[in-house]
Amino acid sequence: MVSASTDLAYNSKIEGEVIVSRADAVINWIRSSSMWPMPMGLACCAIELMATAASRFDIARFGAEVMRFSPKQSDVMIVAGTVTYKMASPLRRIYDQMSDPKWVIAMGACASTGGMYRSYAVLQGVDRIVPVDVYVSGCPPRPEALLDALIKLQGKVKREPSAGKLLSA
Amino acid sequence: MPAAADAVAAVKARWPGVTDRPSLDHPAVNVPPADLLAVLGSLQSAHGFDMLTDVCGVDWSAEANPRFTVVYHLFSTTTHDYLRIAAACADATLPEMPSATALWPAADWHEREAYDMYGIRFTGHPDLRRILMWDGYPYFPLRKDFPLAGMETELPDAEVAAETKVGTIAAPMAGGPFVASAGEINLTDAEPRAKDESWTEKRPKPGT
Amino acid sequence: MPVEHAFPDSAAKHAQGGFETEKMSLSMGPSHPSTHGVLRLQMELDGEIVTKADPVIGYLHRGDEKIAENMTYNQFVPYTDRLDYLAPLANNMAYAIAVEKLAKLEVPARCQAIRVITAEMARISAHLLGLGAFGIDVGAWTVFLYSFTEREKLYKLFEELTGARFTTSYSRIGGVARDVPPGWTDRVGAFCDQFLPLLEEILDLLTRNKIFVDRTAGVGVISRADAIAYGLTGPNLRASGVPLDLRKDKPYSGYEQYEFDIPVGANGDGYDRYLVRGEEMRQSVRIIKQAIAKFPEGKWYAEDARRIFAPRKDKVLTSMEELIQNFMIVTEGPQMPAGEVYFEAENPKGALGFYVVSKGGGVPWRLKIRAPSFCNLSILPRVCVGAMVSDVVSILGSLDFVMGECDR
Repeated sequence: MVSASTDLAYNSKIEGEVIVSRADAVINWIRSSSMWPMPMGLACCAIELMATAASRFDIARFGAEVMRFSPKQSDVMIVAGTVTYKMASPLRRIYDQMSDPKWVIAMGACASTGGMYRSYAVLQGVDRIVPVDVYVSGCPPRPEALLDALIKLQGKVKREPSAGKLLSA
Repeated sequence: MPAAADAVAAVKARWPGVTDRPSLDHPAVNVPPADLLAVLGSLQSAHGFDMLTDVCGVDWSAEANPRFTVVYHLFSTTTHDYLRIAAACADATLPEMPSATALWPAADWHEREAYDMYGIRFTGHPDLRRILMWDGYPYFPLRKDFPLAGMETELPDAEVAAETKVGTIAAPMAGGPFVASAGEINLTDAEPRAKDESWTEKRPKPGT
Repeated sequence: MPVEHAFPDSAAKHAQGGFETEKMSLSMGPSHPSTHGVLRLQMELDGEIVTKADPVIGYLHRGDEKIAENMTYNQFVPYTDRLDYLAPLANNMAYAIAVEKLAKLEVPARCQAIRVITAEMARISAHLLGLGAFGIDVGAWTVFLYSFTEREKLYKLFEELTGARFTTSYSRIGGVARDVPPGWTDRVGAFCDQFLPLLEEILDLLTRNKIFVDRTAGVGVISRADAIAYGLTGPNLRASGVPLDLRKDKPYSGYEQYEFDIPVGANGDGYDRYLVRGEEMRQSVRIIKQAIAKFPEGKWYAEDARRIFAPRKDKVLTSMEELIQNFMIVTEGPQMPAGEVYFEAENPKGALGFYVVSKGGGVPWRLKIRAPSFCNLSILPRVCVGAMVSDVVSILGSLDFVMGECDR
């Protein structure tokens, strides 16, 4: 039964125990619901990142509480804090070590554009060295804003043509 | 603060090169670099200033003479007094100062920072290298002739620089910073001036 | 043929020249869960024992001191928030008092009380996070969750007072940004009342926990002489046996009116540093309660500092003199006399000092920030040698430093 629906759908009367769906929908659903962050917690935004992981805001609701500091085990790099030129090199190396598919959230003003630090030592935006998917504004952004960014990233992931990429890569 | 004042009097009596320095709070003295270690040692052993709480450099601008001064703040854990010692570097192009690491290990990192930010070399320092900027950084950032926006150089890691094709840039100041200069208000040109520190086509980088 | 055991006595074999060993160099950080920010420790290891440790800092050096030379005094207040970003209100206060010393400005009693209350709340917040992070480092995840719940209550109070959860930018030269909202002090008192039993609950998770004690007692011992020689301040210094606390020894902002004790450790190990911080939180609650009980009436800014503190908005919009005053203060900055001052405040991490060189006017000529974490970290090459790698994690957690302050 071919359906144009791209959502995961299950109707037990018709399909019994077989779920029919598009590969994209399944793959994207799995990817977006368990986005493990690589917390690149550099400065004050890292404290709000920790607060998002703590019990009041509970990032575990979105499947993202597994904050492993290992690039090979993570999907999304949350750059939380000011990126200096000295730190830019380790950051890029860690991004390179993450395995595909990977995304980047630039959390806060400093990560997005350099923030209020217009000086000789600060990289003016982490998008100069890594491709960024979601920018969060705020200094620091409230945990709700970070969760909103995560939801937007999940929405972006759900729209990706993942199956095609896997087959062609 | 009797203890600190006594110490200042004793030090001035013993080393005639030591003079009073105007200060709004704690007693402060100017010390010639040649006498610096002897004065600091005497303050540490004989007058109870056992903690070196801060060492920093000051740049009085390229036209001033002396240009660089190193300021030490001493603290006594017994009498709870502070004392400020300022020693001016003799040479403005290659500033030097004897290192106080033999007296206080705390001076180690502070002197490395003064070297990193101003280029003041501390003779006798066990390991004088940059601490806040990366080792190959070619400039001394806190000097008054270095712009806040910075100047272009390469990133410290050659592989990452080659991969991303990014180097340090002069931070976009949009013609700013827009702030008055330090010093009394000059009512003839009272508005804060735009200290244009972004290297644009209108203002070339120095050396070009 | 002699049987080879699985783990031969390597020392004996080495002595016989039969077992080649080599030192390994290990770089821990800058992105590491236990380095509390962007600290890089380049270590040389002989097996598990550290023989050399060289901290590399500067990964968060943002150029604050150069920025200060291009900002008016009030414009720099947000940058002070981000120094020790666990206790921004304490940094705000230290900076404001340092600059006010230039003009020898005394702020009214209400302003001092507000500053003391907020600084002590910031101290509780910073120590809670320090404990939480220390707990995670040695394996206790629950402490982190409990302490963050309490911190969220503090954040709510901060947000009510200043508008921001933690980067508050609350102080101005000559006072604070706004008065306390009605009922705020009652809510702070209610927080303190419910916090003390919860604090005991949190500390109970660790204080007699065998694993925690084994990992911290006797680890990272800093002797009294070393602590003073390396410029340590704050709980780290007090845990090594030096009873130095700037709130008692050089009181500022009205601290002399409050009664509180200074916890001093005996051994200078990680466990002592943990105990000192726990006790400091109890004393902070004591100070807050006294400050709320004595909370004076009056203004929250220095009214007679006409060239320093901006006047109230309703006067600015209606009266010429206040309009000009506001214009000068906003554009040129609070007018400070020429001179040099140095002021240290007792921040949660240690003594945060500001050395301000002013040539007059609203912009400083030089602002040096004496960061307690910078000095606390300089002892690492000494204290890590001889420890195991896992002890290094425990030492870093017990020193409780913040890279934002260390690198500025």
